[in-house]
Amino acid sequence: MAILVYVEHDNAHLKAENLKLVDAATKMGSELHLLVAGYQCQDVAQQAATLAGVSKVLVADDAAYQHQLAENIGELVTELGRDYSHILAAATTTGKNFMPRVAALLDVAQISDIINVESADTFVRPIYAGNAIATVQSEDAIKVITVRTSAFDAVEQSGSAALEAISLNKANNLSAFVGAELTKSERPELTAARVVISGGRGMQNGDNFKLLEGIADKLGAAIGASRAAVDAGFVPNDMQVGQTGKIVAPELYIAVGISGAIQHLAGMKDSKVIVAINKDEEAPIFQIADYGLVGDLFQILPELEASL
Amino acid sequence: MKILVPVKRAIDYNVKVRVKSDQSGVDLANTKMAINPFCEIAVEEAVRLKEQGVATEIVAVSIGDKACQEQIRTALALGADRGLHIETEQSLESLQVAKLLQKVVEAEQPQLVILGKQSIDSDNNQTGQMLAALCGLPQGTFASKVEINGDKVNVTREVDGGLQTVALALPAVVTTDLRLNEPRYASLPNIMKAKRKPLDVKAAADFGVELTSKVKLLKVEAPAQRQGGVKVADVAELVAKLKNEAKVI
Ligand SMILES: Cc1cc2nc3c(=O)[nH]c(=O)nc-3n(C[C@H](O)[C@H](O)[C@H](O)COP(=O)(O)OP(=O)(O)OC[C@H]3O[C@@H](n4cnc5c(N)ncnc54)[C@H](O)[C@@H]3O)c2cc1C
Repeated sequence: MAILVYVEHDNAHLKAENLKLVDAATKMGSELHLLVAGYQCQDVAQQAATLAGVSKVLVADDAAYQHQLAENIGELVTELGRDYSHILAAATTTGKNFMPRVAALLDVAQISDIINVESADTFVRPIYAGNAIATVQSEDAIKVITVRTSAFDAVEQSGSAALEAISLNKANNLSAFVGAELTKSERPELTAARVVISGGRGMQNGDNFKLLEGIADKLGAAIGASRAAVDAGFVPNDMQVGQTGKIVAPELYIAVGISGAIQHLAGMKDSKVIVAINKDEEAPIFQIADYGLVGDLFQILPELEASL
Repeated sequence: MKILVPVKRAIDYNVKVRVKSDQSGVDLANTKMAINPFCEIAVEEAVRLKEQGVATEIVAVSIGDKACQEQIRTALALGADRGLHIETEQSLESLQVAKLLQKVVEAEQPQLVILGKQSIDSDNNQTGQMLAALCGLPQGTFASKVEINGDKVNVTREVDGGLQTVALALPAVVTTDLRLNEPRYASLPNIMKAKRKPLDVKAAADFGVELTSKVKLLKVEAPAQRQGGVKVADVAELVAKLKNEAKVI
């Protein structure tokens, strides 16, 4: 039986996560179908058709799916998913939102946030904020899985799968989209960036995040934050890295004025190289940093920007 | 309106877990346990809705062994009106918990169910959504704002790109994110009062729900430990190391 992969998109662009999501899927089986559900999302479908290893792209293009609400997407994926051995989505706020509904409607478990595939029915996932790693085996007929995409490699965009229009309208009166405040940024997305520089409570206010911007511009980096910085209102919630924020694994992660609580480490400790800048030489972040620089960030950041 | 708040007993968030040497799980013996932080936020939100005159009754429910009555008492001390303990010695997966909660929803008929978005032990982030699907209800997950508006609830959600607001027809399920509110501390008089609030106990086995999951835990390991690196003296040394040694810039 084939594997159904739910494509992450905003009706216009295929998100970078999909390349890694498909990599995870190829480790479970050989026949992959993608589902693009949205509204006026034909461009996304075209881009999705290029992902290596994919044989078919199902396209559910309907006004009802414009905002990918959990209630109707859950029903759509449940109905389509009955004929598959696995249903996969990225562990983003979209996937986390509707996938458990699919699992419940199919009467199967969901396996959340997998970081490795041992076989078609055995998966590895972090628990306790990544302080323990569980290996689980599913005997459910359909495996419903969300994937931590940062743990997988991107597939090539060399394919040319066939597109197939799906006309299933699952509109309902349960929920309606009211509005969105999306952060606009010219920078790469946190979860896809090669370099991430994050600020914590030590930044003292939102204005001081400008000190990170110059460095981010020079390194092509995304900017992240600790929960303390978000809670204090320095920066918006979508910048939070950690157990309950975004999980990142860039080539280079620079933590500035962040102490290194386990919940923060859970979101960045798989980065290839970690740099910590903190005035407290006892800060726990130094225990996992490859390069630690003890000192006042207000002095260090301008110097760092100048020397790049 | 009646609000149902499921709460979970979980490891205290300050405690670092240790994996058992036989790889069967994590060692929770003598570990400090608490109400899961997201569930505490759920209780607080319900209590605030009651203080605003929107809610009339708050029922706190917990599923687990006898010890989780402690967490129900915590919810009662924070302002819930009565408790329900669904007792089982088995450790349950999200789907089984959601099925038990579905039975509670059918019996109690709440207008709103508020749960934490995830528990900090299994980190699944599933139960609220599963419950909503099983009951055929709409859901507002990862909520940072909840506003009752006649027969609807508007929920502002923390999503990867920023914030999204949805309007849900009541009854509905809401799951909490960290910034929804800051839970109060229970006062001593309220802790004393909580001891006299009603707490019903029912056996999970009596609900007619299959409690065994088809997912088996094969092993639990400690994560690969990252070796701490070196301290550099200044910015110049840092930049040189990043360029020449790590080759990441
Ligand atoms: C359920 C739950 C979930 C959570 N999820 C997350 C999560 O997803 N992500 C997350 O980040 N946190 C999370 N937390 C919070 C976490 O426990 C910590 O409170 C938080 O990470 C601390 O942020 P911080 O390091 O910025 O602040 P602090 O711990 O206050 O550290 C600030 C650091 O800045 C340094 N500093 C101050 N001034 C300067 C200066 N001038 N120059 C250099 N250094 C300076 C200090 O030495 C200190 O080390 C969660 C907590 C709970 C309970």
